[in-house]
Amino acid sequence: MNEFIERNVRLSWHAAKRSYEVVIVGGGGHGLATAYYLATRHGITDVAVLERKYIGAGNTGRNTTVIRANYGIPEAVRFYQRSLDLYASLEEETGRGITHRQKGLLWLAHSETGIRAERARAELNTAFGAGTEYVGPDEIKKICPQLDMAGGGVWPILGASYHPGGATARHDRVVWTYAEGAMQRGVHIHQRTAVTGLMMDGDRVTGVETDGGPISAGAVVSAVGGHVTALASMAGLRLPIRTHPLQAFVTNRYGLGFDPIVSSSSLLFYASQTAKGEMLLGAEIDRQPSYSYRSGHHFLQSCGHRAMTLLPFLRNLRVLRQWTGVCDMSPDYSPVMGKTGVEGFYITTGWGTWGFKAIPVGGEQMAELIATGETPDLIAPFSLDRFARDRTMADRGSAGTH
Amino acid sequence: MSFHIPCPNCGTRAIEEFVYGEIVVVPDSITDPDERNLDRAFIHGNPEGPTSERWFHAMGCQRWLTLRRDTRDEQIILTAPII
Repeated sequence: MNEFIERNVRLSWHAAKRSYEVVIVGGGGHGLATAYYLATRHGITDVAVLERKYIGAGNTGRNTTVIRANYGIPEAVRFYQRSLDLYASLEEETGRGITHRQKGLLWLAHSETGIRAERARAELNTAFGAGTEYVGPDEIKKICPQLDMAGGGVWPILGASYHPGGATARHDRVVWTYAEGAMQRGVHIHQRTAVTGLMMDGDRVTGVETDGGPISAGAVVSAVGGHVTALASMAGLRLPIRTHPLQAFVTNRYGLGFDPIVSSSSLLFYASQTAKGEMLLGAEIDRQPSYSYRSGHHFLQSCGHRAMTLLPFLRNLRVLRQWTGVCDMSPDYSPVMGKTGVEGFYITTGWGTWGFKAIPVGGEQMAELIATGETPDLIAPFSLDRFARDRTMADRGSAGTH
Repeated sequence: MSFHIPCPNCGTRAIEEFVYGEIVVVPDSITDPDERNLDRAFIHGNPEGPTSERWFHAMGCQRWLTLRRDTRDEQIILTAPII
């Protein structure tokens, strides 16, 4: 048996009850992880996860699986480093394989300004617990021999910040691992159950209306990706979220090993190799707000061109498939999570292009918030009211792509 | 998904030539001036369906145009020039 053959995932389905202690809307990574940590860390198992399609159908199944903690503000570095640690121990904790591979991430600089930015990133990351070092061209060539150091004569590689903790994991397996772990402890997951409204008692959310009937709940958590504005408006909330599509593609198998994750903020692309050997490439979000899952040729052309500038071997590969997800972008490129000001209604959104890497820590911290009623220190800076308090967590420089 | 925008001055051009501009609408139900400023600065309607928006033809005529577009399927419904 090899690692691509699934062992049976033990999921157990139940009929929906009319009432739960906690109802989580959205059966993606963040929703399922919240349910898992509620059950394992806090013993709260009277939990339902409602999913409109099937678990992991949204952005958890569409992202490019990069796990890293080299962010640009102290609050984010601490937060994502916790996620990195949880991911690294998830296989041992659950006994399930998620194809977790620690690869190291190179963030390339092509100019004097770029070098300054990467040096600053390395210093800041190291100071706040996410190991990153600045490396010169000789070391870069050793870490990734495939790179054209002249950058096609236009984008010379002058330096990079190297983040050894950078990793990838298989996204479907992360979904199934959390779903199975939660279900084994008594959590109900209801697929093909769309939430059509919120039940309110005055200013308090007391449950959800679904296409299968109403379900009352002590606490409702929105872990929705893509349609969170509509859900929050049912509770009378207006969100600082705009939804943009993000495209990615994979090539056919590249026979030689490509060890690290390589990204360039000047050329706005990143590349890594999947466990099957395909080269996985992505870039930045589309410029128009949209909920469309359609992919386009222009993206292949522009992203492919930029990637081939630095990785000439890609010329000999063919595009296998291309897909699109929708990203909930926040104004400051940081997540929005925690209490909402509406009693009984919690939110975890604004996961833009950085949601997959935060699944364990997002779930863990939301579970702690729901179980204790106190906002944990790690997520306090990311609360929804930070915009009104003029305390935005601006981090576009390190969150813009992957 | 890349699509094309029919510019009233230049003809149909790829979206990559344009810069997006949101039409910000603060609902009348918000009356407090501070809250209205907060809404204008950070909040987005993020509509799912037909919506009006502005695009600046940066690599063309350097004029703004107004577009009605469906955010579910990128269908363009109509365009009108504005100054």
